[in-house]
Amino acid sequence: MRAFRYHRPADVAEAVAVLAAEPQGAYLGGGTNLVDLMKLGVQRPDVLVDVTRLPLDTVEEVPDGGLRIGATVRNSDLAAHPVVRRDYPVLARALLAAASGQLRNMATTGGNLLQRTRCVYFQDTGKACNKREPGSGCAALHGQNRDLAVLDWSEQCVATHPSDLAVALTALGTVVEVHGADGPRDIPIAELYRSPGAHPERETTLTRGTLITAVRLPPLPAARRSTYLKVRDRASFAFAAGSVAAVLDLDGDVVRDVRLAYGAVAHRPWRAYRAEEELRGRPFSPELAARAADAELAQARPLRHNGFKLPLTRAITVRALTELASS
Amino acid sequence: MSTGAVGRAYPRLEGPAKVTGAARYAVEYPVDGVSYGWAVPSAVVRGRITRIDTTQALASPGVLAVLHHGNAPRIAPGPPSELRLLQEPTVHYRGQFVAVVVATTLEAAREGARLVRIDYDTGPHSTVLTDDHPGLYAPEHVNPSYPTDTAEGDFDAGYAAAPVRVDATYRTPAYHNNPMEPHATTAQWHDGRLVVHDSNQGASSVQATLAELFALPPESVRVVAEHVGGGFGSKGYAKAAVVLAALAARHVDRPVKLALTRQQLFGPIGYRTPTIQRVRLAADTDGRLTAICHDAISQTSTIQEFAEQTAVYTRSMYAAPHRRTTHRLVRLDVPTPFWMRAPGECPGAYALESALDELAVAVGIDPVELRIRNDTAVDPEQGRPFTSRNLVACLREGAQRFGWAGRDPAPRSRRDGRWLIGTGVAGSSYPARSRPSAATATARPDGSFLVRVNATDIGTGARTAMWQVAADALGVPPERVEIRIGDSALPTAPVAGGSMGTSSWSWAVIRAAQALREKLRDGTPPTSEVTAAADTTEEVGGQPALPRYAYGAQFVEVRVDADTGEVRLNRMLGVFAAGRVVNPTTARSQLIGGMTMGLSMALHEEGLLDERYGDWVNHDLATYHITGCADVESIEAYWLDERDDELNPAGVKGIGEVGIVGTAAAVANAVHHATGVRIRELPIRLDKLIGVSGLA
Repeated sequence: MRAFRYHRPADVAEAVAVLAAEPQGAYLGGGTNLVDLMKLGVQRPDVLVDVTRLPLDTVEEVPDGGLRIGATVRNSDLAAHPVVRRDYPVLARALLAAASGQLRNMATTGGNLLQRTRCVYFQDTGKACNKREPGSGCAALHGQNRDLAVLDWSEQCVATHPSDLAVALTALGTVVEVHGADGPRDIPIAELYRSPGAHPERETTLTRGTLITAVRLPPLPAARRSTYLKVRDRASFAFAAGSVAAVLDLDGDVVRDVRLAYGAVAHRPWRAYRAEEELRGRPFSPELAARAADAELAQARPLRHNGFKLPLTRAITVRALTELASS
Repeated sequence: MSTGAVGRAYPRLEGPAKVTGAARYAVEYPVDGVSYGWAVPSAVVRGRITRIDTTQALASPGVLAVLHHGNAPRIAPGPPSELRLLQEPTVHYRGQFVAVVVATTLEAAREGARLVRIDYDTGPHSTVLTDDHPGLYAPEHVNPSYPTDTAEGDFDAGYAAAPVRVDATYRTPAYHNNPMEPHATTAQWHDGRLVVHDSNQGASSVQATLAELFALPPESVRVVAEHVGGGFGSKGYAKAAVVLAALAARHVDRPVKLALTRQQLFGPIGYRTPTIQRVRLAADTDGRLTAICHDAISQTSTIQEFAEQTAVYTRSMYAAPHRRTTHRLVRLDVPTPFWMRAPGECPGAYALESALDELAVAVGIDPVELRIRNDTAVDPEQGRPFTSRNLVACLREGAQRFGWAGRDPAPRSRRDGRWLIGTGVAGSSYPARSRPSAATATARPDGSFLVRVNATDIGTGARTAMWQVAADALGVPPERVEIRIGDSALPTAPVAGGSMGTSSWSWAVIRAAQALREKLRDGTPPTSEVTAAADTTEEVGGQPALPRYAYGAQFVEVRVDADTGEVRLNRMLGVFAAGRVVNPTTARSQLIGGMTMGLSMALHEEGLLDERYGDWVNHDLATYHITGCADVESIEAYWLDERDDELNPAGVKGIGEVGIVGTAAAVANAVHHATGVRIRELPIRLDKLIGVSGLA
């Protein structure tokens, strides 16, 4: 394990300034992913800038009716927050579906969004991975790829994004507040993540040293009718085999608005725009939900071992929306 | 005079020490001047090391040494070849330890290991078990010393003539032992003597192996294993960690702590071999078996043979005049398989008990009744009566407790919303063996007693059980007895394995206590310590070769999500006949632990090999799924009051393993009952059910 320096900045500006001057540094949040990767030799930062003591640990209702969640708010605290539970159940459920109680007590909002793929080839320095070592190849493409992407992958990378939280935030149309060398700015979550393309090592659009300081949930009354369904190979403490975040706004039985996002299918949390389009303005039925999922998944290209993700994602889409429609 | 300690539900003696952290495990002992070892695995599947460049590693801060085949202390000829580590440049499998870095801190050792540069000459490799592999062969015997093949009657004729036949092939993947405490050792040399604090299942056997490896008299080696965080068989012999730590400590001339990483537990310590099992059953229309054949295929490494006794279960479980069992093995470029809870019996029972369920469906007979009809009072192969066999009683009691009566045998006959619900049953058995052991019992002037036996408590409650047995044998309340285990300096005892620990150790403890009572005829405390010793070698060796087994019946109710294919357990219930139960608390823990591990085998665990790398890619607890608490919604274990005078003085049969045997079949049978789909390849995960036509 590479020896590293440890720095605890007093404020956001200092954090960003320190990392801007340290090309091999990394921010340390809850450490539930980074520290593992450091032990495995997958990440080898020479300095850690510990952001967990920055004053970013509050959840505030903002004047426009939305919710602003500081980047260092712990996952378990966020899941238990009364406003989140009442107004954004999709978020609370996604958080509680993730990891284990111990991990949720450590993991932070910002860190969760930036966690790395759990592709087993990425996590093993003895195997080829373009994400870990650009140009070395993708062992997963023709390997044990049951857990990996069916949508939007490239020959360079078939990894999935592991976060449940990010899928819920994607469905909600969250804005990510960041602070970089040029100061603060907002990024819609849909523009935070990248498709793998030729450069799977670049996972987000953030420039070096940019720190996520908060996420901002839009005011979305419809989100009171929202849910997160996660299917996994055991009842707890497993990444998703398939997951869906859904917000459904009905006018009578007609779909006025709908937000859908999938986990475990792509390199990024997958906003299902095609499915939403299929649903919007039509009377809701389980058959319509199935058609919508099929429309979204028509572009899928399953790998050798993960074709099951298509019927699975379809099934949970139908279930999530049907449950919401009847709630 | 018994004080009635045996049979009472005492909590574990060491429980408070364990939950407060006071109990020390292998690398937790404080040692002056300690250093840390980090094992370096080979990066190729098969080949030969042509060059090792340690320059960078040695220049890294804190690194004291890099041991490899070119400079490591020599190992004496004789011991198992896979323990002859760092002796030659040959690589037999990916992950084989080819070097050890020793440093002043753990982190420095890990970083040093990254900096060791190794060049290899490599060749083509073969790592995948198939039923048509050209390398398949019949080993001389299967573990531990059973005949490879057996045959009675004329299977082919019997099978051909039968009105009902089942011919099915079952597959199980590689399963990996993941004890909480990894294989770990603190090794120290003092004046040519070796002391190791080591995580193992038998300090006496590890002592013997280390003495052989380092050409020392056994008394120059001391192995302490006072608390062991699990093993499941993987720590049954000396394995790589203790050998590497001892080599390293000798090389750097200071104490070395070496613990394998979680990832390193997925190869070099052994694993349950994948199996391919063809079972053929023939029966009359009333379900009476006329012919049984079980052909099992498994793998071993190129460095050492390990022949899983997969079909042995079938040899003694059910009656049938025509019988055949075979084992075939192939040497692959993989780590050597090793013991894992109920080796052989566990995967073998999955196949046979699944095939019986298929037969029950084929003849239209209830699967409990089918097993009862095929019960046998005599071992079908040996022709001798079992010393006790309460399989039928377990089936009946289990059926009654589970609420089996009135079950609609039709698949897919129960549904609750989206859930398809089904029930399944399977039989279980495991040999009840004993091995020679020694023990001493000492009376002290203060009226207390000290009993010493080198038993190992790998978490099963062995310490507490021996304490109870000793108290009864001494005829004193257990509070007056002190028990010492887990140290090779104590009287020699066999491993905690094969479900024979309690029977073997208690035999010696009882004999030592009896001998002590002989010496203390008047029963008053002596004026100075009086000790009596016992060694059961002769007595155990003289035991008649009778068929001795523990039995069980497992009942399972599952639900299967018709949309997603998810399988969830509603409840699991086992009834066991395992002789006398020493401690209901720890016995229950063993049985439900075994059943949970069987559930894990059925639904969750699978080592995923990437044949290009010759390596299991899901080698951590996040990606190699083991059943967790949330997966076990309801689990119950019961046992019958069983007496068997042909076992051992304590009248016990082991319970460490019978709980896992049969569980996976019961789960698979329940999944079939729920869905009408027979999955013959474990684990039964949603991807195998979701695409099945008509499930929803």
